[in-house]
Amino acid sequence: MSTTPQNKIKRPLSPHLQIYKPMLTMTMSIVHRITGVILFLATLLLAWWLIAAAAGPAYFDFVEGILTSLLGRFVLFGATWALIHHTLGGLKHFLWDTGRGFDLKTVELMAKGSIIASIALTFLVWAIAYGVR
Amino acid sequence: MTMRTPLNKVRHHGSAKSGTDHFWQQRLTAIANVPLTLFLIWFFLSLSGASHGEVVSSIKQPFVAFGLIATIISYVWHMRLGIQVVIEDYAHGNAKIIFVIGNIMFCALIALVSIFAILKISFGA
Repeated sequence: MSTTPQNKIKRPLSPHLQIYKPMLTMTMSIVHRITGVILFLATLLLAWWLIAAAAGPAYFDFVEGILTSLLGRFVLFGATWALIHHTLGGLKHFLWDTGRGFDLKTVELMAKGSIIASIALTFLVWAIAYGVR
Repeated sequence: MTMRTPLNKVRHHGSAKSGTDHFWQQRLTAIANVPLTLFLIWFFLSLSGASHGEVVSSIKQPFVAFGLIATIISYVWHMRLGIQVVIEDYAHGNAKIIFVIGNIMFCALIALVSIFAILKISFGA
């Protein structure tokens, strides 16, 4: 099990992006990972908001004030997009899990489709949010 | 200097026990996350511009509290697995171990704090 320095050969590791020509499908793979990390961080906001709701009206209003500020809205808008994009990416993976949708035409179509759909759905969600208030 | 590869060193030493469990749990939580995400979006849309009182009375409903707790558990489980893969790709040696432990601690903390807050509201805060 022990790895001595001599046999630790510096081989290239899996994310070896430098040698590839940037492609849409590759970018989508990276974006899926980045949106995942964004959502990981966004759970802090969700937990904070729930704590604020449990803490009482005064602290809740303080947290709401931050979250609904211009910067707060920008962050939440980004988190909404990340959530929708990552979900659509997940649906794509479900299809791939069945062994379907691997031909280049379908892959490219789904890549473009999920970019457009994620942005459109994010705007739709925020339009409803402003509409119902 | 040895020319043996890591794969060669582990061959014939039996299975690493966990097998495809990481993948399976990742997909299982991913499936659960689809309806739970729809629930979460509905939840936040229904509370757009809501006061503290409205938020609390919404979370007090068993259906909402159940949905939120299920969402938290499934999300946290899913992100624990996902972020671990990211860490394993970029961090190596001691740093990897520290980040993997930190990731699990962070996920557990998010889950505990969130669920506690939901239960506190549910049982009358």
